[in-house]
Amino acid sequence: MAAPLTLLLIVAVTIRAVLFRSSLAELIVERVEVVSPLNAWKRVVEGLALLDLGVSPYSGDVFHETPLMIYLFHFMVDYAEIVFMIADGITAVALYLSIQTYNKNVFRKQKYALESDRYPADCLELLRSPKEMFYIPLKVAMFYLLNPFTILSCVAKSTCGLNNAIIALFILCTLKGSALLSGILLALATYQSIYPLTLFAPALLFFLQRLYIPVNLRRSSFWFFTLQYAFIYVGSLVVITGLSFFLLGSWDFIPSVYGFIFSVPDLTPNIGLFWYFFAEMFEHFRLFFICVFQINVFFYTIPLSIKLKEHPVFLIFMQIANNLEDRPYPTVGDVALYMAFLPAWSHLYRFLRNIFLVSCVLLACSALFPVLWHLWIYAGSANSNFYYAITLLFNFGQILLVSDYFYAYLRREHHLTHGLYLKKKDGTEATLVLK
Amino acid sequence: MGLLSDPNRRKALTNLLTRLNTPICIVCYLAAIVWFMGLAFEPFTLRTYMSENAMGSTMVEERFSSGERALSLAKEFDAHKRKAGGMPVEWLVKAMQARGLEVFTQSFSRKLPFPDENKERYMVGGRNVYGILRAARAPRTEALVITAPCSPGNSNNQAVGLLLALAQYFRNQIYWAKDIIFLVNEHDLIGMQAWLEGYHHTNITGMEYSPLQGRAGSIQAALALELSGDVITSLDLILEGLNGQLPNLDLTNLFYAFCQKLGALCTIQGKLQRNDWDTAEGYTHAAQTMMLMVLKQACGRSWGDHGLFLRYHIEAASIRGINSFRHYKTDATTIGRLVFVLHRKLVATHKNPSCRCRCSCITLAFSVSLQPSSPGMLTVLTPVVISHLTGVALYLLPVHLQEMAVEHFPVSETEAVVLTAIAIYTAGLALPHNTQRLLSGEGTEQGWKVLKLTALLYLAVLLGCTALINFSLGFILAVTLVPITASITPHMPKALCALAMVLLSPAFTILYCVFIYQELIEAPVSVGEGWMLFLSVISQGILDHALYGSLVYPLLALFIYPCWLMFWNILFWN
Repeated sequence: MAAPLTLLLIVAVTIRAVLFRSSLAELIVERVEVVSPLNAWKRVVEGLALLDLGVSPYSGDVFHETPLMIYLFHFMVDYAEIVFMIADGITAVALYLSIQTYNKNVFRKQKYALESDRYPADCLELLRSPKEMFYIPLKVAMFYLLNPFTILSCVAKSTCGLNNAIIALFILCTLKGSALLSGILLALATYQSIYPLTLFAPALLFFLQRLYIPVNLRRSSFWFFTLQYAFIYVGSLVVITGLSFFLLGSWDFIPSVYGFIFSVPDLTPNIGLFWYFFAEMFEHFRLFFICVFQINVFFYTIPLSIKLKEHPVFLIFMQIANNLEDRPYPTVGDVALYMAFLPAWSHLYRFLRNIFLVSCVLLACSALFPVLWHLWIYAGSANSNFYYAITLLFNFGQILLVSDYFYAYLRREHHLTHGLYLKKKDGTEATLVLK
Repeated sequence: MGLLSDPNRRKALTNLLTRLNTPICIVCYLAAIVWFMGLAFEPFTLRTYMSENAMGSTMVEERFSSGERALSLAKEFDAHKRKAGGMPVEWLVKAMQARGLEVFTQSFSRKLPFPDENKERYMVGGRNVYGILRAARAPRTEALVITAPCSPGNSNNQAVGLLLALAQYFRNQIYWAKDIIFLVNEHDLIGMQAWLEGYHHTNITGMEYSPLQGRAGSIQAALALELSGDVITSLDLILEGLNGQLPNLDLTNLFYAFCQKLGALCTIQGKLQRNDWDTAEGYTHAAQTMMLMVLKQACGRSWGDHGLFLRYHIEAASIRGINSFRHYKTDATTIGRLVFVLHRKLVATHKNPSCRCRCSCITLAFSVSLQPSSPGMLTVLTPVVISHLTGVALYLLPVHLQEMAVEHFPVSETEAVVLTAIAIYTAGLALPHNTQRLLSGEGTEQGWKVLKLTALLYLAVLLGCTALINFSLGFILAVTLVPITASITPHMPKALCALAMVLLSPAFTILYCVFIYQELIEAPVSVGEGWMLFLSVISQGILDHALYGSLVYPLLALFIYPCWLMFWNILFWN
């Protein structure tokens, strides 16, 4: 499968190179759907300029990247376009390899379950075959590389591409079973933007499952491994933070980066839900609602982990997707990351109920974002309500997509244990409803 | 979320929708057309209401009396124009300086992509002259613009004369709180585009111009004057700007109110307002005015010099004096008074984001197949890619291939461009782009359904976005495209459907609009003249896109035409 992957990489790089050289690049760099105050290229350039002048890049409240990122670009600013293209390539290859590993695991588990007769007789058509699974890694890579959202994000030189690369590498290391590398990469991803913290739980669950350690709070083996993993994670985080301190010589970056993410002072419109809400909020209640919104991001980890503790990889997908909708400064590059996973669940297609509606909603919203922005800012015949309506619809579409896949996954698991044609107690056909 | 998660209710709803598919479509389509025509029905519309108090026509006295002087200035301007053979720059500069304005000039040049046969120009170069009347009382942060074009021949001399007379009168008033710019532009819209681009430091159309030496502040409103005769019987207010943009309609109401106050006749679309809205003739008149406005807006060109200001979010309108040989005549003094009071009002108004006039957007609902099938990517992608490539060819090739066409055929460049466009359009009809027929043996039943699904979604999103930006264009395209595209299948009688599709295609829509427009302005044309007008409409569309950034031609060539080609492909699926 190396040849098709290489061809795909070449095609993706060509598309990005052509767009970089065209006049569309200047248009895309300014689109608010593609860049946010956290990852805009203009702000990176500003920070680099301040660094060259010997001033702290965080003075002036424009720059909100981490010190490691600014030092990376300090050396690579002339090759910025190549850096972003390589980041996209790394993400695609990492996703390819991780989904390949995952598929192998899934197939092996299925084989053992078949041999031990754990499946009811009528659900054999739900089982996955190697033929069907053969092209999935390539499709995942293709979904990431050729997704217009990813291409736009790359051409806009948004550092979201680099964040996605780190998360993809983390997923790869987790699936390959290396707890050390996984912990370090997760720490790096958390250091970049705090929300990958929620991926700690699924990664932990994956390792526990892999090492056959039962998730039982009374067993010492559970606590032993958890503490090990937590130690690796927290230790790497401390080391990276300390390194940043020594790079720049001050703790300025903590309020500028993490304070900025948590307190949401910048209300530039984007595809998220925070900006409009906090623009109309009274100052008196601002702290309360910031706390509510931020807790909302982290809160879903608990119920999702409890429900999906046997299926950590799907939990990773759900966590990434949930994070996206609730974070303060989302961009389309984040959307592209979890959309790349969708081919991995293509066997759930028969249980999906809203996929047509969701794809229409997402397509229409993507077309309407620039139109309503133009009408609001340039033509003056619309206002922020119109744009926020499309933002709401876009997020609604995403939530519907994620919940649909959740339903389909759980339903398939249910069928695999209880049989495909369910009957109620009186013998009539039953339907499964997610309440 | 019962509807989305409860499978029984969903099944009931989807069954209902699939069963009643066709009746729902027809009802929606007819309802949309009826609702749209109902916009002209007086009880449904909000008659002239002011959404902002500051724009009310009160509290302004007018004492302008230099109408005769304006006319004599017009004669002087005409004489100097003939002598100079173009814009009499030195005379204008001296005249403006004598009236106490700060005068500056700007030179510009532009090479059109191909010669413009309507106005007979190809390499255009000229100079704009503008004078700034500084505000005596206030900081110079805002400005208003009055402009008159310098046109060849006998036109618009009186406009320039009135401009200079007004400049003198305005100079004597001490209460202006905004700067006023008096602009005389050469080569109408091209000069205006050069001046606006120079003023706002943008360069979106590739024009070469010298930078502006004098600047006044951000422009709040603009008024363009077009007066070509000493005797005027009515004043026509022209609102439509580039890409169908309109100014704030409070400006219209203000103008209308002032006309009534000063006893001048005001027309919209060249037609007088009538009061008998409850009769059939009254409604027909209103409907005709509305259709005229829709057609003018849909073609996306700027119908007066003011049209280019709207892109920079400056409210602007054009006033054109018409002599229709009525008994009651308006003289230049009244017109001067009108312009003066309008400006007084505009100076006093601050830009208030609450004064908006939102039109109701009516969207036509389409029928979409409610059976999602697993799409064969190749089945869908091939026609889509080929259609879009043809669209790109239609957009790029006519202008680029004009030299080659002129070498081989005995036509002029303009004709070459237009005829190449028509040739590519017709050639697209001959493309049977279901190559998978060659690959797999025959076109599958499922294939065309998936393609139709994709094409309908694409058309829906396209028409929705177009209607949001330029409602008239979206409406006209929807009315012609929706019936045929919603009902097309490969199983219908091929010849009849092919004819229907071609007769409702975008090119023929333009042809019908030309004939309807000529009917509505009461100057009907024969078929031959109509065809020549159609060709000139196409060339003007391409020129407007190249010169001013109008979006109608790229939209039609790059999006609407490929979409139509996809439906054409469905018709000839097997």
